[in-house]
Amino acid sequence: MFSGFMANAWLVGTIVAVVAGVVGFFVVLRGAAFPAHAIPNGAFAGAAGANLIGLNPLFGLGVFSLGAALGIGALGRRGRSDAVTALALVTMLALGAAFLSQSTEYEPQIFSLLFGEILGVSTSQIVPVAVLGLACVLAIGLLYRRLMLTSLAPEIAAARGINPRVIELMFLVVLACSTTMTVPVVGAFLIFTLMIGPPAAARCFSDRPGTALGGSVVIALLTLWAAIACSYQTNWPVGFYVGVFSAAAYGVGRVYVAWGHARQAKATYLANEEMTPPTPALSR
Amino acid sequence: MSDAPVLEVDKVRVSFSGRRILDDVSFVIRKGEFTGLIGSNGVGKTTLLRAILGLQRVDAGEIRVTGAPLGRRGRSLGYVPQRVNLDPDVPMRARDFVALGLDADRYGFARRTREQRGLVEQMLINVDALGFADRRVGTLSGGEQQRVLIAHALISRPELLLLDEPLANLDPASVQEIVALLHRVAHEFQVAVLLSAHEMNALLSVMDRIVYLTAGRAASGTTEEVIRPEVLSKLYGHHVDVLKIHGRVFVVAEPGRDNDDIPDHPNLTVS
Amino acid sequence: MRFLFEPGFFASAPVRTAMIIGALAAVISAVVGVFTVVRGQSFAGHALTDVATAGGSGAFLTGISPLVGFVGGGVLGAGAMDLIGVERLRSRDVATGIVLSVATGFAALFLFLDTTMNATTGATQQILFGSIFTVNPFIVPYVLALSVLTLFVLGFIYRPLLLSSLSSELASARGIGLRRVGLLFMLALAIAVGVSAIAIGSVLSTALLIGPAATSLRLTKNLRSAIGVACAMGVATTWLGVLLAYDSFYWIPSSQGLPVSFFIVALILVAYLASGVPAVRRFVARPAADHGHSRLTVRPFETPRSGARN
Repeated sequence: MFSGFMANAWLVGTIVAVVAGVVGFFVVLRGAAFPAHAIPNGAFAGAAGANLIGLNPLFGLGVFSLGAALGIGALGRRGRSDAVTALALVTMLALGAAFLSQSTEYEPQIFSLLFGEILGVSTSQIVPVAVLGLACVLAIGLLYRRLMLTSLAPEIAAARGINPRVIELMFLVVLACSTTMTVPVVGAFLIFTLMIGPPAAARCFSDRPGTALGGSVVIALLTLWAAIACSYQTNWPVGFYVGVFSAAAYGVGRVYVAWGHARQAKATYLANEEMTPPTPALSR
Repeated sequence: MSDAPVLEVDKVRVSFSGRRILDDVSFVIRKGEFTGLIGSNGVGKTTLLRAILGLQRVDAGEIRVTGAPLGRRGRSLGYVPQRVNLDPDVPMRARDFVALGLDADRYGFARRTREQRGLVEQMLINVDALGFADRRVGTLSGGEQQRVLIAHALISRPELLLLDEPLANLDPASVQEIVALLHRVAHEFQVAVLLSAHEMNALLSVMDRIVYLTAGRAASGTTEEVIRPEVLSKLYGHHVDVLKIHGRVFVVAEPGRDNDDIPDHPNLTVS
Repeated sequence: MRFLFEPGFFASAPVRTAMIIGALAAVISAVVGVFTVVRGQSFAGHALTDVATAGGSGAFLTGISPLVGFVGGGVLGAGAMDLIGVERLRSRDVATGIVLSVATGFAALFLFLDTTMNATTGATQQILFGSIFTVNPFIVPYVLALSVLTLFVLGFIYRPLLLSSLSSELASARGIGLRRVGLLFMLALAIAVGVSAIAIGSVLSTALLIGPAATSLRLTKNLRSAIGVACAMGVATTWLGVLLAYDSFYWIPSSQGLPVSFFIVALILVAYLASGVPAVRRFVARPAADHGHSRLTVRPFETPRSGARN
């Protein structure tokens, strides 16, 4: 399971999971789940288009991702951002439909753009993925504190001279970049899953931002590795296992939180019991 | 008291949507002074604060913080918004949030040195937040969160601390605690404090200066200087009385006065 | 005129079915969509179309009726979202995301099994983009019935839904069960979405849900007229889109024309962008259009964070 073409899958999977964990931490923090879903899904239409005119699909992916990110950023300021995101998504998909209608032989292509072909990843794909991945992680690292403050308290950030809208736009661009590099490998739906489940689970286990970020990466790694292994064994798509395992991780996180609350409630109850003296009989 | 003023607001005029919100507002705040910006809702307090923060364009006049015009203020200004809407799920402890105040505008990951952690601990003690320092910010009560926000703003050692209606949604006990805390901040740490409020009675005992804002115009000075019938009547443009009952102050319009020119004021009784 | 209405347009049966189904889907989507946008649940609305699609691909696989697959999948998804998610805006995001993740995982599995077991191709494309022209006319009565059901549910919860969409605090102060109303709304949403997804594909389903509603809300804050405008816009863009798609068959020499979804979405997008142009807004916001006392200020009931939301 670890030799030959599988080695590529493990390597690329690791890179993708790390990026997803890091970027996904902020996706969940900023409530940017919808753009994180919309950008990759729409971008796949760009790949179809590029293919149609004979260009490298990566180019189409990049253009559509960036366009979506900028569109959501610009239009979202003036109207409801979630409605705008929906419109951006369907516009791109409709364009994709138009592209696809002009050609014939597409089914396997669509499937792999949506759900990925990580087991079939070629060596030549590794370097671009690694380079773009590194760029995304570095960008997040550079903007880390600004991202934190604008996510939590944008007015305080503004008072300190940090423009929250600029940071939002930059974040969307990083999201677009991470999309472009991962969609060819793991597919549009999958990258979204990795950016939501693991960070949401990680924040159940830790109160501190740094630890939660690390946990997000770890859980993403474990999820994807397990999914690759299971997919290899059963031949079923990786996407299926990633979806199920990340939901399971989140479930475990929720149970852990509930258990913690129950314990705390019990401890408070017991403490109160000890502290309250028995009530004296009321005097007549 | 001293020397160079920390904040100078000089004949500031702001209008938007065709309305003159602030008209020739001027006042000066010095180091370590506790100043209350008093006025009813809608009268322009938030606009004035935003102008000082550089978030609102000023049509005329000038604002200088520690002598420098806006745009160069950098660290010398701390800001505490009224509330921060945070989910209980957000993985950020009060302690982490305060630490973020040290260097939120710097680039790179945050690696906290021991010295920095010591600073955070000290600040948490100062604002009496050590008891809930390790709880998530989103789970704190209004008063608790207020203290964390103050610590966050103070830890970068500003010369001026701006607070936007900090007392508005607090219960009376918390109001007293926050006012006492801010008083200490002003006098012990020598940080100029400017907070906006629509009710001045909670602040009477601690305010060094008051800036009384109404319909775009302001009068500033000590409470004795400003809260007088002559001064306020001139400010409002019609006669008002000042009643002092049990240590509390009430600004009252003359009975029988035409209601149209009496602006809304919670302390204003019209019979 | 002949250029616009290419030969055989009115005579063709698939076109007639398309017009009827399209109009039904547009109306039901517009009504549900206005509430969806007001409640800030556009993500959930879109996610449910993907979930419905996953259900549809499962139906494809097992040979169950597609209608059951789409609507059933949507309803399951709505229930799961309600179970995981709570009132808070952010956790709703995560709940939607988790359900969507699981659903797409299953969709991957179903489509994979479909291709390997049944050797059918084009399943993905078919399900995603649907085809309004190849809808089986015999589902029209079922679509009609389900649409009526959805409208009935909405009408039943209209007032508590209205209040809780505008302000959750006011609603709970009045004793309205926010959870219950929220769940009923999600179910109505799921049915509406499932029905339109099967008829017109999941892309169009989302477009008709969000697009006309978002546009009409930019033009009027009065909820009742917003619903009316959204319905009109939805039907208009659908019919015009069907027409143009039919025509494009003839206009573009070599191919099968451009898909309906492309035209409808393009029209919706143009309408939305146009509603942002100040001249258009001034034209629409004539004082006569106001109904004084039923004017409502529409805000999401929690403001998420940065920037200027309207």
